[in-house]
Amino acid sequence: MNASLRWLSDLLGVELDAALTRDRLTMLGAGVEALEPLHGGLGDIVIGEVLEVRRHPNADRLTLCLVDAGGQAKRVVCGAANVAAGRRYPFAPVGARLPEGLMIERRTIRGEVSEGMLCSARELGLGDDQEGILELDTAAAPGTRLLDALPIADTRFVLEITPNRPDLLSHQGIARDLGAVLMRAVKLPVIPGAPAQRPPRAARARGARGDAGGVPIAVEDVSGCRRYTAAVLRGVGVGPSPAWLRNRLAAIGARSVNNVVDATNYILFEVGQPIHAFDLAKLRGPAIVVRRARAGEALTTLDGVRRRLDPSMTVIADAEVATGVAGVMGGAESEVSAATTDVLLECAYFDPRQNRATRRAMGMSTEASYRFERGIDHDATPEYLGRAIELLLAVAGGHVDGVPVDVYPDPIPPTTVFLRDRRIADILGVEIPRGETERVLTALGCVVAPKHERLAVQVPAARPDLTREIDLIEEVARIVGYDRFPDDMRPYRIGVVPDAPSERVAARLRRALTALGLHEAMTSPLGPRADPRSPEVLNPLSREEAFLRSELLPGLVRRVEHNWRLMQRDVRLFEIGTVFERREGELPAEEMRVAGVLTGARRPPHWSEPATPDLDLFDAVAGLEAAVAVALAGAVLEPGSVGLVVRDAGGRAVGRAAELAADRPAWAAPLVGFEVAVGTGGAPAPRVRPLPKSPAVERDIALVLPAGLRAADVETVLRSAAGPLLERLWPFDEYRGAPLPAGSRSVAWRLVFRAPERTLREVEVEAALQRALTEVEARYGVRRRAS
Amino acid sequence: MSGPSAEQLAALAALRAEAEARVRAARGRDALQQLRTDYLGRKAGRLTAILKGLPALDPDARRAVGEAANAAKAAIETLLEAAERALAPAGSEAPRPDLTMPARRQWRGALHPVTLVVDEVCAIFGELGFTRYVGPEAETERNNFTALNFPPEHPSLEMHDTFYLGEGMLLRTHTSPLQIRVMEAYRPPIRVTMPGMCYRRDPFDPSHAPAFSQVEALAVDEGITFVDLKASLTYFARRFFGPSVRVRFRPSFFPFTEPSADMEVECLICHGTGCPACKGSGWMEILGAGMVDPNVFEAVGVDPERYTGWAFGMGPHRMAMLRYGVPDIRVLFEGDMRFHDQFVDGG
Ligand SMILES: [Zn+2]
Repeated sequence: MNASLRWLSDLLGVELDAALTRDRLTMLGAGVEALEPLHGGLGDIVIGEVLEVRRHPNADRLTLCLVDAGGQAKRVVCGAANVAAGRRYPFAPVGARLPEGLMIERRTIRGEVSEGMLCSARELGLGDDQEGILELDTAAAPGTRLLDALPIADTRFVLEITPNRPDLLSHQGIARDLGAVLMRAVKLPVIPGAPAQRPPRAARARGARGDAGGVPIAVEDVSGCRRYTAAVLRGVGVGPSPAWLRNRLAAIGARSVNNVVDATNYILFEVGQPIHAFDLAKLRGPAIVVRRARAGEALTTLDGVRRRLDPSMTVIADAEVATGVAGVMGGAESEVSAATTDVLLECAYFDPRQNRATRRAMGMSTEASYRFERGIDHDATPEYLGRAIELLLAVAGGHVDGVPVDVYPDPIPPTTVFLRDRRIADILGVEIPRGETERVLTALGCVVAPKHERLAVQVPAARPDLTREIDLIEEVARIVGYDRFPDDMRPYRIGVVPDAPSERVAARLRRALTALGLHEAMTSPLGPRADPRSPEVLNPLSREEAFLRSELLPGLVRRVEHNWRLMQRDVRLFEIGTVFERREGELPAEEMRVAGVLTGARRPPHWSEPATPDLDLFDAVAGLEAAVAVALAGAVLEPGSVGLVVRDAGGRAVGRAAELAADRPAWAAPLVGFEVAVGTGGAPAPRVRPLPKSPAVERDIALVLPAGLRAADVETVLRSAAGPLLERLWPFDEYRGAPLPAGSRSVAWRLVFRAPERTLREVEVEAALQRALTEVEARYGVRRRAS
Repeated sequence: MSGPSAEQLAALAALRAEAEARVRAARGRDALQQLRTDYLGRKAGRLTAILKGLPALDPDARRAVGEAANAAKAAIETLLEAAERALAPAGSEAPRPDLTMPARRQWRGALHPVTLVVDEVCAIFGELGFTRYVGPEAETERNNFTALNFPPEHPSLEMHDTFYLGEGMLLRTHTSPLQIRVMEAYRPPIRVTMPGMCYRRDPFDPSHAPAFSQVEALAVDEGITFVDLKASLTYFARRFFGPSVRVRFRPSFFPFTEPSADMEVECLICHGTGCPACKGSGWMEILGAGMVDPNVFEAVGVDPERYTGWAFGMGPHRMAMLRYGVPDIRVLFEGDMRFHDQFVDGG
């Protein structure tokens, strides 16, 4: 919604300041997206009266003018054909700047000195009129600043109006809010040139049928059209609008069409009431029938589009066919044209829901439907028709035929809301004096009656958002001003909701994985179909984003490929996010996962290590181990068909680490990754074991393992056979190749023996080691490697 | 004391004196190593030999000689070590390292900037007694809209362009359905922050993403008022943006709160003088908030006459962009290592 500062000022009868008004509007809830000064660049232009016009001695098309612009008369060379003595025009004296930035200088044109310029509308940014210089109809003395003489300097506010406030879609509604703060009443300004006698007020019809100036009006769709007022104007002259009307519309960025259309637009933006003008001569009958469209009916709307109608839509028909879509857009056929002399004015209240249904079925939205579907004032319909008639008579002439009609078969009762003083304090935290509450609500158009501890508040029809006590409390807070409420911290009780365990686990995962050198990524959970169980979005933005992910790794692999495209070889990312699985007839199953991808150098490059090794699957396993330790109590890792598989305590596969397929450039390192479901927690807080006081004894053994024998299985045997003196063991070397048989390998373990409370004797260590070697040989035929 | 032990003690003293003199006179690492072998060597060390002979002595002599031998051994050891240390820097085989060469670094990971913001928001509200609560990203229309007082077919639904899953299910358009879930699971007093991923049908562009995170907070108890809302959010703004930041609340509209407010802080770019980032107003919208609408309480079976509450919601993606100067929201989804490298020390 665009609003003009000058228009608002007129409604409030006060000169409003632009910056202050912006702040006030913001603090009232009408967000100001932009504040645009209009015609501020005309400050140097003054009123000039041409005293004398002579022919230029050296040029046929030029004249020499003597211009009174205050002070000494100026000699001006002028090229416009319409210049005439005794008339007044905008004059740019030497030194003045035009809006486009051009500076006027003293010049000599064909031998004659010119001390300024008489300006056209186009040169001043006031229109496209190219017929010559702009003739002014003003009584202002020569030398007066143009901006002081013409009401064109203005400020345009671009407002963001929330959907609950249709009343703010008009200058009157905005002014009413401002007035409540400024303690000023809103009064619609007198229309220049309006007839002294007010037009006759619309007469209430009986039932759903009436007559305006001999035209029968029938409302058949009474639920879609709650109120329909109409007037017939005859002898109207369609033509350009007067300057004041054009200026007003220009100030809010609306284009001037002709005086009839401009008048209806003016009413729309002034009071928020859409008005439609039909060319009466084009209406069959002539008659107006408000009804549902018939199956198969079609209509060419004002925008020239042929549209199919259906019975879900409310239309305005003449005696035979639909001639407009109710509250959305008129028909091209009955549009007012230059030849129009008789007009039927429509001023109606269409039901918001039905209007919305109609315009959605039409697949369009207009200034009119935007207001109808949010709800306009259904009480003021006849007054607004009256104002539209006055305006039309003022700008297009003509007269009202007969008496306008008001078809209102089922009047909407006023809404009364009760407001308790105590409840205001309960919500706002501050006592508001009763008198202040009454003043605020009255200023907003409510009728307030005290009843004991509460107020009975009849809300204005222009405010469909006010239906409950809480709505009125918000109005009180809004007009009092949010900034007038204190912000001191008051005592509170601790809540009963515990921290979500998954959030704690996620935090620990983030610590664990950043410590391994992985950056946290965040990818979109929407992607292409990857799994038949992926839930599908019914209205995706594209096929590539039509499914919810069932795994995190594919999204991360795409991020790796993105880095590769940017020639980055070292990529280490992890993500904690949700994956989804479709379930019939209920919400998809959701699971929190953690996944990581690694490729490139294992460490940052260092001068001491010219060829840094690349990350490999064992680095991915390290990530997986770290994640499992934090996220999944009781899970085990074991080799799977590809890579490593994580099984939870119940044996279910819940994660993996593997080399990953990707669109890998030749220079990139292998890509490995891991992914695992996040449970509610991993390792519990540690219970500390006493630290050993006795020394340990270390022994190294190298065993030759045949192909297929897993180190972990060998270790299990070594451990159990060596007995409790073996504190721990780990492989510290692996060797393949000559002289070992093909396929076999030598794995070297370091074994640490210790007795907790005493020094071990050599023979004990030897005995334990021998037991272990004997057992592993018996079980797997594995021997020590001959050295 | 007489006999072999006195003799041996005298020999020990001589040996010790000799050793000390030779160590002092020695030049170079090799010479010191040779001395170590001569006196302390396991096999043929002269002091070692004396110690090995101890068991043959009678107990009194064994103790006296043993003590002296051990003392001599310790003294020689100390001298040798000191001499070796003194040698080290000057030795040709250990040049002084050039410490301007880069350190041997490890990869270090960074948290996502959105995580940094979410964690900080939750931590600040944690100071005010708020715990973290989460819930599903796929939701029912009832939890996402109806129970939150969105009238069916109302224009306010158009503020949320929704991804639908069918059968009354959708991807949540905000974290507010968690208000419904937490109030159905717990009775007041409730103080929770609720972070999570949300979805709207906006294609990726510099300021929109079809999936983005939100943080919501909800406080419900007897006696909670608009003053508490202002106090808590002002506290948050000062902790998050700095103690001197100016804050204002202006009326707004959300179907599930009334009165509703937008909290704005003084523009972080121009500090209030007006710039393109704040559309010349000098203020930046940070979050939407309001008093919980009575209809929401009705929907979850909480008595709105007894309990009141406030809630807010904000977008950590936008906060991260503001705080870290990220010009385009898509960067937050791209996983570009060069972007995330910049957050290694910023967490
Ligand atoms: Zn700014």
